[in-house]
Amino acid sequence: MTSKPPVIQLRSVAKRYGHGDATVHALRGPDGPDGSPLGVSLDIDEGDFVAVMGSSGSGKSTLMNILGCLDVPTSGRYLLDGTDVGHLDEQQLSLVRNRKIGFIFQSFNLVPRTTALAQVELPLAYAGVRSAERRRRALAALERVGLADRAGHKPNELSGGQQQRVAVARALVTAPAMLLADEPTGNLDSRSTDEVLTIIEGLNRTGRTIVLITHEDEVAERARRVIRLVDGAVASDVRQGVSV
Amino acid sequence: MIAWQMIRFAFGGLAANKVRSALTMLGVLIGVAAVILLLAVGNGSSVAVKNSITALGTNSLTVSSSNLRGSATAAKPLTVNDAKALAEAQAPAIKSVAPVVTTSGTALYGDISHAPGSIVGTYPAYFETANQKIAKGDYFSNDDVLNSRKVAVIGSTTATQLFAGEDPVGKRIVIGGTPFTVTGVLQTKGSSGFNDPDDVVIAPLPTVQNAFTGFGSVNQILVQASSAESTTEAQAEISRVLLGAHAITDPTKADFRVSNQTSLLTARESTTKTFTVLLGAVAAISLLVGGIGITNIMLVTVTERTREIGIRKALGAPRAAILGQFLTESTLLSVLGAGLGVAAGLFGARFTIVGITPVVIPESVVGAFAIAVAIGLFFGSYPANRAAALRPIDALRHE
Ligand SMILES: Nc1ncnc2c1ncn2[C@@H]1O[C@H](COP(=O)(O)OP(=O)(O)OP(=O)(O)O)[C@@H](O)[C@H]1O
Ligand SMILES: [Mg+2]
Repeated sequence: MTSKPPVIQLRSVAKRYGHGDATVHALRGPDGPDGSPLGVSLDIDEGDFVAVMGSSGSGKSTLMNILGCLDVPTSGRYLLDGTDVGHLDEQQLSLVRNRKIGFIFQSFNLVPRTTALAQVELPLAYAGVRSAERRRRALAALERVGLADRAGHKPNELSGGQQQRVAVARALVTAPAMLLADEPTGNLDSRSTDEVLTIIEGLNRTGRTIVLITHEDEVAERARRVIRLVDGAVASDVRQGVSV
Repeated sequence: MIAWQMIRFAFGGLAANKVRSALTMLGVLIGVAAVILLLAVGNGSSVAVKNSITALGTNSLTVSSSNLRGSATAAKPLTVNDAKALAEAQAPAIKSVAPVVTTSGTALYGDISHAPGSIVGTYPAYFETANQKIAKGDYFSNDDVLNSRKVAVIGSTTATQLFAGEDPVGKRIVIGGTPFTVTGVLQTKGSSGFNDPDDVVIAPLPTVQNAFTGFGSVNQILVQASSAESTTEAQAEISRVLLGAHAITDPTKADFRVSNQTSLLTARESTTKTFTVLLGAVAAISLLVGGIGITNIMLVTVTERTREIGIRKALGAPRAAILGQFLTESTLLSVLGAGLGVAAGLFGARFTIVGITPVVIPESVVGAFAIAVAIGLFFGSYPANRAAALRPIDALRHE
């Protein structure tokens, strides 16, 4: 494959919530010899398509939020493209989120009262792209998810599947190297699921790294690598042939 | 982030809650309009006082009789002889003297009747001392006084009341059975608030005494000092002459009072200044309350839109962009509110309020607007900072 270093490197990353008796180890990794959690260590190669599975509460979202620089680990190091994210300040983190990462949420998370076009333009606006260029690229992204004719619609005028496709367009419009999706098809029927996954697969084929959380085996089947989490630790990590 | 992009987001945010935005703006509007209008009213009343000072003439002194304090004997009233004594005295600071009697009555012209505010009997010197200028015709002369001619000069209000469109000069009016020939009409002085100085009939002193008041005392003696600076000197001379004429040795027992109208009105002017400051303070408080309204609404907005802030942050919005967006929203609220407030204040200042014509102070318009905008920035910065400081994950998880 490639000789490039992994795009994501997690080193003993742990995440705790709360204090004392109420402490929850959302990410803990294997236990060390003294019984204390060692944290999760994980590498993801550039251009890979990884599915993360696991029961509810196993720490999938926690992991994803750390990968997306939305949250910071309690301990351990996270290297994105070789840079330690823990050493970046707010300003630099917002740049990383804007340029390197596209995030897709289970609950779509579209900005209310904003048209699909403006929605997709948003990350470009924060990147300082000029208005004409922004419009052109946002329309191209909407075209790609098959929603060019819905550009003027607001979130409440779109179906769930269409909203998620707008979210996908918004995630891919800045051409980020990495696409993170937390149960992107969790709220969709099988047809919409298929549409969204087909778009994600297409993005993967053009070299994007994809990390996707799912509960559904059919969705996980389409990934090249499946990681299973149990109680905040990696229980299995399987590479599989692409079925399609 | 491009600035106008931020303004667009802010407009979007405000448009999402039109009623709420409008009510918040109303708070600022009322504050700014109150500052402009109340200061204009205060200023209007002090301008009116200033005008009446100049209308009165800055170097006129009024002598009136006063009861002796702690004395059983009644004061000796002022008479024409007192005026003669003043006029003939060796007093360089006294320029002219005019005894004045006032009475009231009804004037008739044809079948039109009108009761002028006052009927004054005096000498021609009165006109200059009281700053009464002729607009049409002429003053009556010393000769008219000596011969007790039945002539009169009337004020502009009296002229319009009695003569409507006609030229009053040369016409004959009848007051209390005595016919007077109008020789002239005075220039309009304008109301100083309480009574109309233009509703007056001025006739030679002996004529008025003969017809109405009798030849006893006069109401007051109007003295003109030779200059505005010599009013104090003139005041001293008047006291000296009249004490002599009334044969009073102790100046503290004087049975007359010399008042300097200018100083009286200056005192009144300082009262209106205090009044203006108080009005301004009340208005400033309402502006402050409007500003607090902005903070309140912006805090609600930030809480309500926490999730949206999280989404924007997840998309890579830098802290400054979020801060800018919410600060722009609060500033827009205050700028629009203040702009409308200026309009409302200027509009309101065109009406007469409790008998006072408001005079807008230009600085108050600029000041109120600037303060309102500053308040928007200041009071908006707390909620905006709160929004910008939210961690993306906390904002996204917000219910
Ligand atoms: N903000 C928080 N405060 C306290 N505990 C939290 C917080 N967020 C998550 N947890 C806990 O961390 C654990 C992992 O949560 P996480 O959201 O990662 O689960 P998940 O694998 O995504 O589950 P699901 O499949 O239901 O989405 C859970 O036990 C949860 O209760
Ligand atoms: Mg989850």
